Amino acid sequence: MINETLIPKVGVITDIRKDTPDVKTFRVVGTDGKKLFEHMPGQCAMVSVPGVGECMFSITSSPTNQEYLEFSIKKCGCVTTVLHALEVGAMVTVRGPYGKNFPVEGDFKGKDLLFIAGGIGLAPLRSVINYVRHYRENYGKVVVVYGARSADDLVDFEEIQTEWKNEPNFEVYLTIDRPQEGWDDHVGFVPSYVKELGLDKNMTAVLCGPPIMIKFTLQGLLELGFEKSRVYTTLELRMKCGVGKCGRCNVGDKFVCKDGPVFRMDELDELPDEY
Amino acid sequence: MLKIAKENLNALYAAISAKMPLIMPIKRAGQVNYGPWSESEEASIETLKTVKSPKDAFFPQSENMMKFKTDGKVLEVIDVRKAEQPFVLFGVKACDYKAIEVLDKVFLADPVDTYYKAKREAGIVITLACSKPEESCFCSVFGVDAAAPAGDVSTWLDGEYLYWQANTEKGEALTADLSALFAEGGEDAVAAQQSATRAIMQALPYAALDLSRFKPENLNDLFNDGAWTELSEACLGCGTCTFVCPTCQCFDIRDFKTSEGVLRYRCWDSCMYSDFTLMAHGNSRNTQMQRFRQRFMHKLVYFPSQNDGMYSCVGCGRCVNKCPQNLNIVKVIKTLGGKKND
Repeated sequence: MINETLIPKVGVITDIRKDTPDVKTFRVVGTDGKKLFEHMPGQCAMVSVPGVGECMFSITSSPTNQEYLEFSIKKCGCVTTVLHALEVGAMVTVRGPYGKNFPVEGDFKGKDLLFIAGGIGLAPLRSVINYVRHYRENYGKVVVVYGARSADDLVDFEEIQTEWKNEPNFEVYLTIDRPQEGWDDHVGFVPSYVKELGLDKNMTAVLCGPPIMIKFTLQGLLELGFEKSRVYTTLELRMKCGVGKCGRCNVGDKFVCKDGPVFRMDELDELPDEY
Repeated sequence: MLKIAKENLNALYAAISAKMPLIMPIKRAGQVNYGPWSESEEASIETLKTVKSPKDAFFPQSENMMKFKTDGKVLEVIDVRKAEQPFVLFGVKACDYKAIEVLDKVFLADPVDTYYKAKREAGIVITLACSKPEESCFCSVFGVDAAAPAGDVSTWLDGEYLYWQANTEKGEALTADLSALFAEGGEDAVAAQQSATRAIMQALPYAALDLSRFKPENLNDLFNDGAWTELSEACLGCGTCTFVCPTCQCFDIRDFKTSEGVLRYRCWDSCMYSDFTLMAHGNSRNTQMQRFRQRFMHKLVYFPSQNDGMYSCVGCGRCVNKCPQNLNIVKVIKTLGGKKND
């Protein structure tokens, strides 16, 4: 049978978690109660509310989760506003997975890994981090640096506190932009925190967050001696098809949906600055 | 080679049309465009350039994809397609046929676009060689021979006859069905017309455009070239170039609420529009210069880089004729293409 890539499957929302004032995490399964499809960390899927529209979201759950897919979605446009108004039991459509994943079975194996995220940028990295936690013996030390505007804007805060922080050989550094009552952890922007931490330049780094955070964090990593060929990020551009045909998510001769969304910084350097 | 007298062309159209829909250049309201032939229509196969290209036959301007029905909380996806019926697309010029090959690269690449593929397989393409290419034609620059179009059947038309040559199994089968209408012969007439056409092509004003700089290794140099600002300055962002272009294939997917549920359709879109890349958090191509540059970089650099050197311009010249601001790919090639353009 031909894979009908543009025709989605129906998904049922079985759980909605309010992570922050504007981010909700949706748990989705098929109408048969089973996981809709398998994916790898970093891959995305098109989620739609028929009548409103279809958008590309990173799959935030780990592939090792056998039961469901999760999407952490920030309320910021037409489709996401409607998604945020849905209740458990509502049906949406899902198609995917799309794109190139993080090389968790390739370059990441046996390496010390550094994950740096800002705000909703944690969503695609959570899939990788939980995959790495599941196959812990395949990877070295893990360091997570995660920052948000305020303590209330940290996505997956509970999982970070109760699970990640108790993982052996696994360091978690949290930061918020401005001081806040009840917050006794670090205060400051992610790029400067990364420099303060004096991280080991031999780690393989993965960055995701707002473009401005990526830009300055990368600068910081380069100053610390990191090589661009060992720094990964994931891009986001407008998409309609997800399979390299609708023509809008290209950066130069690469389609983010098909050739990305995961890119190494040295690969991005060869592309025009238009993302 | 087979031939049929020019005065019997209507009989040929009627014979094809009796078997399956015949889509060909039809004159309506003073414009010639591809449409279904019938006895009452004015066929205009000799028109060199239809206003729109024949791409609609395989990639319609608007196409229903699926329906969604909601019953309480239960959502259902319904494939609205019917099996495609065979049809004939007649009179396709060499440039437009080459453009179909460009579209094939996009839509038949993995994962295959089944909407396009079904139409492509149902269609029998009969091409028609050009005999009077005009000033805005430059297909030869992209390696197209206007005198020898490909397709399931190739045809040539002169003052007396339409000459007919089947190239594929589909073409042979159609020819066999129509054999009573044809006589043998025409090789010499076709050869004579071909050399005359090629001579005209060589002498056309754009025949010597130099594409030598449009190579993947020059991608960043071309992208960063200062010339784009001036080249794009007058662009209105109207998108006319993309709609008349036989290779432009960007599309949008949209939902439409009907009394019977939601209809999801796809329609042509244009990289010239400001909301083409607009997201909730920003726009990767904010200025008309960026959008203009995208269109031409895609045709001349990005597409060849992804498709073994195949350009996604075929030199049909429609954008040259139709841009209200007289901007076009020829000006881009002359400015950025290579030294021989100077």
